[in-house]
Amino acid sequence: MNTTIIRNGRVIDPANKRDEIADLYIVKGRIAEKSDVRDPNSEVEEIDAKGLIVAPGLIDMHVHLREPGFSHKETIESGARAAAAGGFTTIVCMPNTSPVPDNSSTIAWIKDRAARVASVTVLPAGAISKNLAGEELAPIGSLATAGVVAITDDGHCIQNHEIMRRAVEYARMVGVPVLDHCQDYSLVGNGVVHEGYWSTLLGLPGWPAAGEEAIVMRNILLAELCDHPIHCQHLTTAGSVRLLREARARGVKISGEVCPHHIALTDEAIQNFETNYKMNPPLRSQTDVDALLDGIADGTLSILCSDHAPHAEFEKEVEFDVAPFGIIGLETELGLFIDLLVHKHAKIDIVRLIEMCTIEPARLLKLDAGTLSPDARADVTLIDPALKWTVSVDQFQSASRNSPFNGWKLKGRAVRTIVGGKTVWKL
Amino acid sequence: MKQTKRKTSGAAVPIMDAEAIRGALRRVAHEIIERNPQLTYVVLAGIPSRGVEIAERIARFIHEIEKINVETGVIDVAMHRDDVGTRSELPIVRESKLPLPLEERTIIVVDDVLYTGRTVRAAMDAINSFGRPARIQLAVLIDRGHRELPIRPDYVGKNLPTAGGEKVQVRLEQTDGEPDEVRLEKS
Amino acid sequence: MTTRWTRKDLLGLRELSADEINFILDTADAFKQVGTREIKKVPSLRGKTLVNFFVEPSTRTRTSFELAALRLSADVINISATASSLTKGETLKDTARNLEALHADILVLRHGSAGAPQFLANRLKASVINAGDGAHEHPTQALLDLYTIREKRRQIAGLHVAIVGDILFSRVARSNIFGLLKLGARVTLVGPSTLVPREFEKLGVEISHKIDEVLPKADVVNLLRIQHERQRREYFPGIGEYIRFFGLTKERAKLLKADCLIMHPGPINRGVEIDSEVADGLHSVILNQVTNGLAVRMAVLYLCGGIST
Repeated sequence: MNTTIIRNGRVIDPANKRDEIADLYIVKGRIAEKSDVRDPNSEVEEIDAKGLIVAPGLIDMHVHLREPGFSHKETIESGARAAAAGGFTTIVCMPNTSPVPDNSSTIAWIKDRAARVASVTVLPAGAISKNLAGEELAPIGSLATAGVVAITDDGHCIQNHEIMRRAVEYARMVGVPVLDHCQDYSLVGNGVVHEGYWSTLLGLPGWPAAGEEAIVMRNILLAELCDHPIHCQHLTTAGSVRLLREARARGVKISGEVCPHHIALTDEAIQNFETNYKMNPPLRSQTDVDALLDGIADGTLSILCSDHAPHAEFEKEVEFDVAPFGIIGLETELGLFIDLLVHKHAKIDIVRLIEMCTIEPARLLKLDAGTLSPDARADVTLIDPALKWTVSVDQFQSASRNSPFNGWKLKGRAVRTIVGGKTVWKL
Repeated sequence: MKQTKRKTSGAAVPIMDAEAIRGALRRVAHEIIERNPQLTYVVLAGIPSRGVEIAERIARFIHEIEKINVETGVIDVAMHRDDVGTRSELPIVRESKLPLPLEERTIIVVDDVLYTGRTVRAAMDAINSFGRPARIQLAVLIDRGHRELPIRPDYVGKNLPTAGGEKVQVRLEQTDGEPDEVRLEKS
Repeated sequence: MTTRWTRKDLLGLRELSADEINFILDTADAFKQVGTREIKKVPSLRGKTLVNFFVEPSTRTRTSFELAALRLSADVINISATASSLTKGETLKDTARNLEALHADILVLRHGSAGAPQFLANRLKASVINAGDGAHEHPTQALLDLYTIREKRRQIAGLHVAIVGDILFSRVARSNIFGLLKLGARVTLVGPSTLVPREFEKLGVEISHKIDEVLPKADVVNLLRIQHERQRREYFPGIGEYIRFFGLTKERAKLLKADCLIMHPGPINRGVEIDSEVADGLHSVILNQVTNGLAVRMAVLYLCGGIST
């Protein structure tokens, strides 16, 4: 009998409104009761969780694994290891791969590959439009049957509102959640950094806040029109938060997520043209950061994720406007969120933070995950919220190193990641 | 000899006071007059910073004695140094001023201390880029020996034998804002 | 005032102090004199190799740097983008590393990407001189503009300088703004609202879209070249409209103060940003700018290239 007992930890299970010091029992890969541990002679793994938080395995619903097609940046295998090292037991991978998962074969390939090599659960997102071109709908029904947990054109954004409307209506029929990378191409142009003081000073093409807000507005209207939830990915501006807040107050089915770098940094960071500060959407002003923090505090923004975007060193070590957008994030995500949201800015408590990484994404994507309910699969993350550590990029599990956080001193970290009862990573 | 405030750290030995400097430059002025019958063709070209003040003083003495205004100029040698890029501190360059044309003129290079001779070599290089004077002479307040090039002064205020590690310090009223003095700092 | 110059690179004016800027201008005084000698050459950079690496083409700036280098006795190589291996897909970093392997001591770089000179300066031992990077900075142009103003008006503090034209895409404008503000001038930017972003006000400049109001108050008017090719049509409707609202026509020139200086980085679009007569008229110091450019560049090459590494 494969049994694990996690002793004396602070069990935080938002789905069951639990927050208490208790022991957690795992039998044959499932959450169990004490009474299920029958055979006193069987081999029992004991884990001492004194001083630690015992949480449901965390979910990151915005990760780029780059496979198939770009395995020099990351693979499903290395990305999963990075997730485990970051405390995440379930990740949703984005469709801007090559080929694009706009067909069931590619979805099947990804699922198969993940089943064989990934140490955590990898759930694929399918494309909204064929080849992410924004012109024709992908076979969304078949994608749902093939097992996508959501559809998104992430990396790209459907510009034609009519096509987006039809996609949302179709997704409603099939019951698939819609996620959107909010970027109005005409307003953004070839913007590479937030349009504001720093872009003006440095002579770099700007990416105006209105470029995100225009599409957030579009999505709010369509969510109402089609009566189907739309989730806005990686939101960054004060205007987006305001629009979301107002729409949610009216009951519109719109939601939003935040990435750690958008609250850890501002556009001031780009002044030395270092490409590890170049991402899409870009770092914004302090006003926007403050609005994001408030949005997290009052629940307007309900989900946290990384937008983990690996790139090889030679790809990032070029002139700023030519460098690809994105930074890795799985292994710094939890540390940054705990450090900034719970400790530094005291915007939310650790329970809410765990909610935003468990039941919120699970509810949105209708996942059977994010809880420690009896008989749930034993995905557990042990967190030490007071652990001080220094980020050392060279020790990362990810195949890439494009992170601006090297050397940062953070407080809070996952110390053990358990998937299906088995420890897949520990500090 | 008057006691003056010393700013140096090592033991500095006074060599010349204001009176002595005055006397030496006056003598140099006389020698220049003797050797250069056509004073209107002479240019006293000082090497910044102190050479410029010394050149002006010599010109004033010549005016006192002969009632003739001798032209003065400035030769910046920093641009002509042969050791640019090997020093941690870059020499500050200044604007050179010489009356043109140089043909038929006698340029008297004026500096405070003559040591290895490299500064004077650079000065001659600089002069050459302006034109080709009839002759170049050299006037210095102090000759401390240890030449590394075949250069010899025509007019010397004082010969001062020194050891390699020692430093000759010159202070002039206008350039340094201190009373005139020459002192030798032992190593 | 003596200042120790310690920078191996000149990337922009934004990071220089007022003292450093003045030091370059003072050094340029000394080098300007070299241009009046019979033999216009000094040995300061003898034995050093300077590479003019112009990924974005330019004849004037490149020639100016080349002449400045030759007068300092450096050896000069000119490389343009099409001739270089950049077109074969070699990265900027690799191209530059190759040049360094050939013992290039000074790299003068003009590039379309903002930050490219900084990128190279961080990775190469050679001195990197920014000859213009995208819309970011063009430090030697601003330095020669400052030098020209100082030459004519003795000091820059307190002067009112108007910069007219396409500010948004102009590296000349940015470097000038940084330099002028540091030296205590008052700066007004003039141009269509689409090309003169309000964000600049946060730096301490004023903005006006009415050139007729600004001209009578200006001590210096610096005109930027209007390029309708580079700008997309979205920014302003056309040359005719620009001339009508912002061109320095001979009528408008009558509004200028008697001792106002007219400057232009060149090349001039006669009849567009400036009328032909005005470009050649009494206020214009455009040709002085070119001469001064040589002195300023000699100073910059001497200071950055002369430091031992």
